[in-house]
Amino acid sequence: MLLVGLLGFYPTSLFAYVDQPFQSQQDYIQEMLGELPKSDVFWLTDADKQVIEQILSHSFSKIRLRYWSGENQSVWVLDEIGKEMPITVGIHVKQQQIANLRVLVYRESRGDEVRHGFFTDQFKQAKLNQELQLDQHIDGITGATLSVRALSKLARIALYLDKQQSIQAQP
Amino acid sequence: MIRTVLASAMLSLFALPALANDDASDLKQIIELQKQQLAELEKRLTVTESRLESTADAIEDNGQQSSSRTTIGGYGELHYNNISNDKTGTTDKEIDFHRFVLFIGHEFSNKTRFFSEFELEHSIAGDGKKGEIELEQAYIEHDINQQLTARTGLFLMPVGIINETHEPPAFYGVERNPVEKDILPATWWEAGAALNIKLAPGLALDTAITSGLNTPLTGSNAFKPRSGRQKVSEANANDLAYTARVKYTAIPGLELAASLQYQSDLTQGATDMDEASAQLFSAHVIYTVESFSVRALYAQWDIDGQQAQDLGRDKQRGFYIEPAYRLNEQVGVFARYNQWDNNAGGQIDSEKTQTNVGVNYWLHENAVLKFDYELKGGVDDANGFNLGVGYQF
Repeated sequence: MLLVGLLGFYPTSLFAYVDQPFQSQQDYIQEMLGELPKSDVFWLTDADKQVIEQILSHSFSKIRLRYWSGENQSVWVLDEIGKEMPITVGIHVKQQQIANLRVLVYRESRGDEVRHGFFTDQFKQAKLNQELQLDQHIDGITGATLSVRALSKLARIALYLDKQQSIQAQP
Repeated sequence: MIRTVLASAMLSLFALPALANDDASDLKQIIELQKQQLAELEKRLTVTESRLESTADAIEDNGQQSSSRTTIGGYGELHYNNISNDKTGTTDKEIDFHRFVLFIGHEFSNKTRFFSEFELEHSIAGDGKKGEIELEQAYIEHDINQQLTARTGLFLMPVGIINETHEPPAFYGVERNPVEKDILPATWWEAGAALNIKLAPGLALDTAITSGLNTPLTGSNAFKPRSGRQKVSEANANDLAYTARVKYTAIPGLELAASLQYQSDLTQGATDMDEASAQLFSAHVIYTVESFSVRALYAQWDIDGQQAQDLGRDKQRGFYIEPAYRLNEQVGVFARYNQWDNNAGGQIDSEKTQTNVGVNYWLHENAVLKFDYELKGGVDDANGFNLGVGYQF
């Protein structure tokens, strides 16, 4: 009964749905920027690392991050562990707000709902406020709390890094 | 004099192109030299950049545990219980490091993974000790394609709310709720094979064929699901269990799920006379809006056979409802009402109730302090409080 009721929400037949596919990094960058530019490297200062560690609530061992940029936009591919395994996420920032966030590789055993558009679309247009928080509320997914948290943290880091790289790029 | 000047001027005029030719040649040589130097510098810069990248890679690899594709995690919880039994007039005071758990996972490839969970309960295990060392999860998971994920090994059963997600910072209350202890016997794991089918975004079907329960036939725990857990320790596999769950999460903040399980004999053929085939049904809803959340669960066993019926254990059921409110990042308050009955098929009133009201204080998103007041009713009559500390990493 419940199953039949739930299926009523879906106009398409089972097994025929086409959701955003898991994507290669290159394909994602190309889709977001319309081309595949040479990557840039953002070397992290001590202050940057402090901010990232504050957002992650744990230490961060990288000393630089690779990104791809266009006019007033950048794409970052970042990893964060949800419960046990790293989740790889592509984040496209345009004019200092999230234009797109997509899970490229999901390795956790549970909580893969975070890869779907119904969840990731919530990040669109999100900006970073003074407290380094997203300026809009993201509704979670029960049972995927840690994955939801990981994606929110990566979105905040991408927004922060985009801002920093645009400051660095100024003449 | 004028002739001399004219002659000198004419001589200079003829000599200029020759001089200009010499300068241009020098300049050309200088430019060529500079070009070579630039090319050399560019080459050196490329080599330096490459070495810098390699150094950065090495530094990051040294500092990054996950680069090995093997991950370690864990959780734990320490409890203090102070419960007064109004029927006997006694007070139970107890302090217990209830659970100490370590996870080890390994990613063989993007499609194939291993997960495990190793637990020490009640601090110390061994002959005459109160604790146990348990292997709660150890399975291989493989993504067949984007819609199908297969799993085989020893894994948690896809039932209820807390069975699969039970890290202390993830739930309210010091102790787990009693409905998912006495009716759904969490933590409940079995061995076998399972298939996760993603029917549509946010709609998944889990199916599993696993080892089953093996409940005692007699005594105070006869036919109680919790007493039937074999924990995959040389488990009797005469009667397997077949489980299915459908879960809907397509609206952020909402989870709806229902599970069914069938086992042809809950006693694994302990007697030829009376087969205790059993069906479990459970359903739950979790809804979160901004800082408010509510979760509710219902679970019921229907057990066939004369012996279970004679004991009133042919029906066992319970439910709970838990509203909660997160005041800020650090503090959340909750109330939970539980009602359950392991003898619901009997004539005698045997229903139990338990109400908990309390607070979680997160020191960090992964470390929590807990307090709750507890009131037991129905056939029980007790009250008291619980304190706890929990963590995960």
